[in-house]
Amino acid sequence: MRLVFALCALLFAAPLVAQTALPPAPYADKQLDDPALEKKASDLMFTIRCLTCQSQSIADSNASMASDLRSQIRERIAAGEEPEEIRAWLIARYGDWISYKPTNDPILWPLWGLPALLLIGGGLLVAGRIRRSKKKERA
Amino acid sequence: MKGRLIIWLPFAVFVIFAALFAGGLFKPDDRVITSKLIGQPLPQFQLPQGASDRPPLASAEFARGKPRMLNIFASWCVPCAAESEQLLALADAGVPIDGIAIRDAREDVDGFLARWGNPYAHIGLDARSEVQLSLGSSGVPETFIVDGQGRIVYQHIGDIRAEDVPNLIALWRAAQ
Repeated sequence: MRLVFALCALLFAAPLVAQTALPPAPYADKQLDDPALEKKASDLMFTIRCLTCQSQSIADSNASMASDLRSQIRERIAAGEEPEEIRAWLIARYGDWISYKPTNDPILWPLWGLPALLLIGGGLLVAGRIRRSKKKERA
Repeated sequence: MKGRLIIWLPFAVFVIFAALFAGGLFKPDDRVITSKLIGQPLPQFQLPQGASDRPPLASAEFARGKPRMLNIFASWCVPCAAESEQLLALADAGVPIDGIAIRDAREDVDGFLARWGNPYAHIGLDARSEVQLSLGSSGVPETFIVDGQGRIVYQHIGDIRAEDVPNLIALWRAAQ
């Protein structure tokens, strides 16, 4: 039993060993003083994917790379950079993978077009039904 | 007859989706994120000294006409210790290797190098992963081969195993 407990404890200890002893970067967990700038920065952070914990955004992740990137984003926004510039900078390095915001790449056109196609299809179906039921009424 | 066939359409769509999901479930998970900067010039950087007995590292070192390797490592990273033997073998084979220590402190790097050997010509300290992010690197350890004009030609993700060494030497020679 004690061994099982020790092994479980080890499971939680492993990430600590793998992480760095250095304190987090200055703006990793500290908001910017200007609320408007902070909103810009945090909106961007929720749409940037963490490289370490790959199904989280950097805003949700405790990985050291994510906190370094959070700090970098806050500092760059405070220095006057636009969120979309930072996103483009990251996409140039890591590809579309890094961003959760859907792009309008040709490969996604069917996805964007699908709602319109479904609406037209549904409309035709309903129109057909109405016409048929009217015919029945007349008959 | 036409109506008969069309009632199978939803079922066919279901089968296609089920096959897609099953395929996705059984395909091995690929979590490797490669840098999109391969084939492009190395980003400009200038880093402070990472180890007491090695000069600091700047991107200018990489455009002096000879190809070099750039190793991203950290003293707190276990696979980095595991690949140190291979890095020493590469350095022995004449490959110039520079290192960037990620989220590290100079004393810790000194201790790491004293324990595992020092294959590096220059070592830069990237305390806040800034250069790592600008390289499109997604973790430690990673190794880039940079040609004599300062262009990134190859990225090795993860620790270098003994079987990777001949290939890396060949790629470095090819980058001349």
